[in-house]
Amino acid sequence: MTIETETEDTDNVNIFEVSDVNVYYGDFRAIRDVSIDIEANEITAFIGPSGCGKTTMLRSFNRMNDLIPTARVTGELKYRGVSLYDKRVDPVEVRRRIGMVFQKPNPFPKSVYDNVAYGPRIAGNVSKGAEMDDLVESSLRKAALWDEVKDRLKSSALGMSGGQQQRLCIARAIATNPDVVLMDEPCSALDPIATGRIEELMAQLKDEYSIVIVTHNMQQAARVSDKTAFFSVEVSEESDLRTGILVEFGSTDLMFSNPTDERTENYVTGRFG
Amino acid sequence: MSQTFGNLEIGDLTGSPARNRRERIVSTTFRITAYVSLLVSILIVLSLVFEAWTFIDGIEIGWLWGDQWAPPFNEYDLKTPLVGSLIVTGIAMLVAIPIGLASAIYLSEYANPTVRKWLKPLLEILAGIPSVVLGFFALRWVTPNIVQNLNADAPGFTLAAAGIGVGILTVPLIASVSEDALAAVPSSLREASAGLGAKRVTTTIRITIPAAISGLVAAFIIGVSRAIGETMVVFLAAGGGGNQAQFTASAFESGTVVTAAMAATTAPSDRLSEGVALQSLYFLGLLLFVITLLLNLIADRFVRKVRMVY
Repeated sequence: MTIETETEDTDNVNIFEVSDVNVYYGDFRAIRDVSIDIEANEITAFIGPSGCGKTTMLRSFNRMNDLIPTARVTGELKYRGVSLYDKRVDPVEVRRRIGMVFQKPNPFPKSVYDNVAYGPRIAGNVSKGAEMDDLVESSLRKAALWDEVKDRLKSSALGMSGGQQQRLCIARAIATNPDVVLMDEPCSALDPIATGRIEELMAQLKDEYSIVIVTHNMQQAARVSDKTAFFSVEVSEESDLRTGILVEFGSTDLMFSNPTDERTENYVTGRFG
Repeated sequence: MSQTFGNLEIGDLTGSPARNRRERIVSTTFRITAYVSLLVSILIVLSLVFEAWTFIDGIEIGWLWGDQWAPPFNEYDLKTPLVGSLIVTGIAMLVAIPIGLASAIYLSEYANPTVRKWLKPLLEILAGIPSVVLGFFALRWVTPNIVQNLNADAPGFTLAAAGIGVGILTVPLIASVSEDALAAVPSSLREASAGLGAKRVTTTIRITIPAAISGLVAAFIIGVSRAIGETMVVFLAAGGGGNQAQFTASAFESGTVVTAAMAATTAPSDRLSEGVALQSLYFLGLLLFVITLLLNLIADRFVRKVRMVY
């Protein structure tokens, strides 16, 4: 019965299927045996205390951990049915489909226009000036930044406020027309007003993109996400080593109103972490 | 014993006179040393200008244009050492900039941390090789194996061999300073680029190098200054060791450069220890100073224009 409803419901496409994934940095195991399915066109939030591996998990979705020479991933991590860590997979191809917004706004030291145009330019699929102009404009509009920057497209992105820079980074990420946008604590360096604007933006982007967001802010997870995954730290009794584990994953409403795991309940009610 | 904070008098907050005095002495000492170094530099420039002026005053202007640099015969053809310097420095940079920049990019963007940990200090040790060693290397190895292969008629002493020797000498310097500049680019920019689907080479060319451009240009300028100032390699390999060098615009001839000409003229000899021949050294020195100064100004202009502040 349940299986039938799931197959009939065409909206429920999994973009990521993670089973028994471990990520190591050298000998250190950052996350252990995580299994989680992430659905398309939803906002999935990863919450949990510092050092619980939520950012590590996020960065394995677009193979960003490859940039760290000692990082290693075991287990199965499928993106739309393809194993992401298959030897034949080119991380560059992965990252063209799975964009990322980082914790600290990191615009390139170039003009606003060149920041947004960077992704399409290097992908080589938009060449003409007018076509690029349109793409830059539509990306900036989607990121709710167009009206603020339309008169200063040629000036440096570094002259903007932190909130504007972060929205520029979002515009830059969606200019490549990705399938998924990963966001790593995108609001932690921003004031409440800028945070509010980015949260509104995420709700609008959800129709077109799947979003996975890591956040320290539980209210933010409760406000913006459809599903929430709670990660925690497990300290080994013999070795004192700390490892991130996935404690509970479910719909955000349930996670915050009626969590099944006591650790989740303690965390979301503020008794721990 | 706890401190009590009642009403205060001004004397309670003025601090100890001894400490204030010490503070004054220390700051005065630093100020004096700073001014002394400035003063010394000014005096050097002034003495250069003064002696160079005496030289110009003591000769006929026609002596500055001829076909050789030969102080004993009162022939001071300026284009001989200047064009020599230009050729040697040009060849040196053709060798050193591509190799130095490529090594820096490899170290900073591609090498894994272990390789980097070993290679970087090794490179810095290479920068300390005495130039006389490279002079011999240029003379005994570069000349027969490279220069005379390129041009069979080349003599045993050539500007080309000197240029290649100076280039090799400059590689570690350029590589090391360039690597510092590249490594100083925040990794968040590399991550942003990689996150947009850029290959590593794309990130390097489009993001890292432009962001590091001011440091890279500084590295090249340091390299050029080092190459122009290099004496020993040219002295040994270019054949400018005598007191006499014919003008040439060809890299495959023997010749001299500004510094080597100065070294040769300083070599003790009764005729040259005084008079215009000695003063000609100051004139060359002043020229060298002006060239490097101009180079630095141009580089500064360039960097201001192209740099991306991060």
